[in-house]
Amino acid sequence: MLDSTPKEMIQRKVGLINPAKTCQPIGAMYAALGIYRCLPHSHGSQGCCSYHRSHLTRHFRDPIMASSSSFTEGASVFGGGANLKTSIKNVFEIYDPDIMAVHTTCLTETIGDDIPSILSTAEVPEGKRVIYASTPSYVGSHITGFSNMTTGMVNCLVEPGEKEKKEQVNVLPGFVNPGDMREIKRMLKELGIKFIMFPDTTGVVDSPMTGRYQMFPRGGARVKDIQDSGSSKFTIALGFFASSEAAFLLDRKCSVPPVVLRTPVGIKATDEFLMTLRNRFIQDIPYELEEERGQLVDIMTDTHFHFHGRKVALFGDPDMLTAMTEFLLSLGMIPAYVLTGSPGALFEKEINTMLKAAGVEGKVRAAGDLFELHQWIKNGPVDLLIGNTYGKYIARAEDIPFVRLGFPVMDRSVHSYLPVVGYRGAMRLIEMISGALLDRADRDAAEEDFELVM
Amino acid sequence: MSVFEPGSIVEERKDFIHTKGRQKKSLKCDSDSIAGCVSQRACVYCGARVVLNPVTDAVHLVHGPIGCASYTWDIRGSLSSGSELYRNSFSTDLQEEDVIFGGEKKLTAAIDQLVEKYPTKLVFVYATCIVGVIGDDLEAVCKNASLRHGIEVIPVESSGFIGNKAAGYRAACHALLRLINSGVNQDNNKVEKIPMSVNYLGDFNLAGEAWIIQNYLHPLGIKVNTNFTGDSTYRSLKDAPKASLNIIQCAGSMAFLAKEMEEMFGIPYMNISFLGVEDTSGSLLRIAEFFNSHKAVKAAEELINREEEIVKPLIEGYRREFQGKKAAVYVGGGFKAISLIKQFREIGIEVVMVGTQTGRPEEYETISDMVEEGTVVLDDANPTELEKFMMEKEAHLLVGGVKERPLAYKLGIAFIDHNHDRKHPLSGFAGAVNFAGEVYSTLCSPVWKYLK
Repeated sequence: MLDSTPKEMIQRKVGLINPAKTCQPIGAMYAALGIYRCLPHSHGSQGCCSYHRSHLTRHFRDPIMASSSSFTEGASVFGGGANLKTSIKNVFEIYDPDIMAVHTTCLTETIGDDIPSILSTAEVPEGKRVIYASTPSYVGSHITGFSNMTTGMVNCLVEPGEKEKKEQVNVLPGFVNPGDMREIKRMLKELGIKFIMFPDTTGVVDSPMTGRYQMFPRGGARVKDIQDSGSSKFTIALGFFASSEAAFLLDRKCSVPPVVLRTPVGIKATDEFLMTLRNRFIQDIPYELEEERGQLVDIMTDTHFHFHGRKVALFGDPDMLTAMTEFLLSLGMIPAYVLTGSPGALFEKEINTMLKAAGVEGKVRAAGDLFELHQWIKNGPVDLLIGNTYGKYIARAEDIPFVRLGFPVMDRSVHSYLPVVGYRGAMRLIEMISGALLDRADRDAAEEDFELVM
Repeated sequence: MSVFEPGSIVEERKDFIHTKGRQKKSLKCDSDSIAGCVSQRACVYCGARVVLNPVTDAVHLVHGPIGCASYTWDIRGSLSSGSELYRNSFSTDLQEEDVIFGGEKKLTAAIDQLVEKYPTKLVFVYATCIVGVIGDDLEAVCKNASLRHGIEVIPVESSGFIGNKAAGYRAACHALLRLINSGVNQDNNKVEKIPMSVNYLGDFNLAGEAWIIQNYLHPLGIKVNTNFTGDSTYRSLKDAPKASLNIIQCAGSMAFLAKEMEEMFGIPYMNISFLGVEDTSGSLLRIAEFFNSHKAVKAAEELINREEEIVKPLIEGYRREFQGKKAAVYVGGGFKAISLIKQFREIGIEVVMVGTQTGRPEEYETISDMVEEGTVVLDDANPTELEKFMMEKEAHLLVGGVKERPLAYKLGIAFIDHNHDRKHPLSGFAGAVNFAGEVYSTLCSPVWKYLK
């Protein structure tokens, strides 16, 4: 399969082979699903919408609803204003969402559809909202799209609030699974801090079976809460790439100070998340969370010899990778290759700084692809590969243990329900990683080395 | 219909839906989707990609921003007996500056790079929406690359907005015809035909289905010359004019190619179906009879008897379990829907709703003739309509693709995949048993007991 990738390094000037990213609109669609009773709308040809729904469906295994402007040749010549207006009319008539979130595609960006001005003359039913984000596919990646739609929520919904701020915090979770968002909310509840989280895809893309189909399940951030985020004491943006833009805009618009933190994956990033909240709101971290941390450290102690010095190649989205690299280092592992498909010089700088501080040599790449990662691995093998489903080709070709993490994971189930964030998420990651390494050790062990206790 | 009544059917959609027995007029289909609907349909590029991607030893280069390449990376499920090159994802990854200044240079460089890295005789270059808008001259870039490298570099005119998925099928057929015709300095009409040979059109070798059919035809003394396009190669496609007959499984994607090949190379064609026991047996006989060979017909009869003896009791066993069950169908093409109605009949299940993404008028007529009174037939449905009619008609099972699966499950309805995401062959005698088995395992799963 992908073992057609040659070992000798080939310098390439253009194009990608086996991408480690995808395009903006799917990120925008996922973010939009994180609003209660929201229908995402793809302004472009029908294929985009269809692909994004299919891809999200494969990852979450839940119905993913979104409408399309269904462009034809005429629309691409004369502009898509009429299509968008018809769409708005039809969407509210047929599906009756509370809010519609429009994102653009490469097509509508290129023909120059001006969404705000089209919307200003569109007939939106009383009490309904239409928000938008500009998400050209030829800029950035799906993470950029997620960031842009989150920013769009602030842009279109949040009004400059009261000068007097409320004792509440905004939490922007970034492009993570609903299982992760649930865990972040659980930690906030344990802390007893009032919070507003958006986007919040819990209860939308992991909705329960009720025996009847609901186009708009009960989950998602409430519009009135998002509107109220301008009155919060401060904003925690989890993940620079997915969440910081929206937090900065909230600050500019409503003077809500932003704190940009790593996605709380692993012990250090989780500590920072909780300490940031403690410092501003409360005196003590509740015992339940301290106990979890203690359990995590206990597990890390129990297992550290499995990990020490083992080389890892990891790829995926920049925020997840930054946090994960830090966690792997704390386990004594060597993140030998860290590659994201999303562009960003800051990413390379941050990872390199971490590796340098740990005295670890590693290759780091933003805007890379899996062809490149595969070549690196061919030239310097690793003990473990961590990444989304597409990594299975490399794992098979090079016979490396493989842990699925990130987006999309299309060949396994349940993952989107279970967190990787927080102390509990770190425990799960340790189980996944050590399980993969030890299964492999068992598989490779000679008869006389095959042991009961490991 | 009141405005803002949720879950109702939008006025413009009414002509696309038809209940047998109630209305005389024919169903509206084969037209653009309505803006603002949640259509299950995809675009032109998607249609072209799914048809061409199974060509195993080609470089499939997607000219556009990353999304189009990334979403179609190895989702086809077509198996190969040789090269795995087609399972990679190649993209020019257009950036903002390329959109402003044009992407031709980048495309040229990308082709050069790929051809250098991967030994191939064939490159398909797919146009995406944006390429159609910025006006890159794909034709010229491909022609030059072709001359420079001495291989076939074929543009596929598949900008997403120029129509729907069916237009993509046609774009793919055009590309295939170009490949067959180009560089051949001979009168294709005078190509020496291989006696007792067929091209098998419209099988993409999902889960090895094309191989199953080859194995049926072989003992009849019939050679499969070229398969379009499952497990096909540059060489096998070039050899296509040598066949004596074209047989078509997926008519939606391949009827056009068959007609063109009849005109160009004098190859007659026939629609066949290898879905279900009845269709498989009937098709094998018709193919054997076409060749006027007593021996082939006899061999077909023997094979059919032998296979039916094996599979019929198995299917009968399932059939007993399915009494009173009703199915809904929502698939890509009309021809598949027709086959599925027959196949359900074989296993004793009544079809109460039939829809397709790209069915053609004549196919809907056939469907309408086949189904019972009261059956709902619909074109380009959205999830709300699927829900409405599946509930109204009390379907127990839905056949569909990736987006329909979780919808069915949420409604507490069993589901089988008849598209890219399936892992078991559903063609031929073996496939008919698999089909019944899959229906059984979902319809009779204990999981449904826990819903209430």
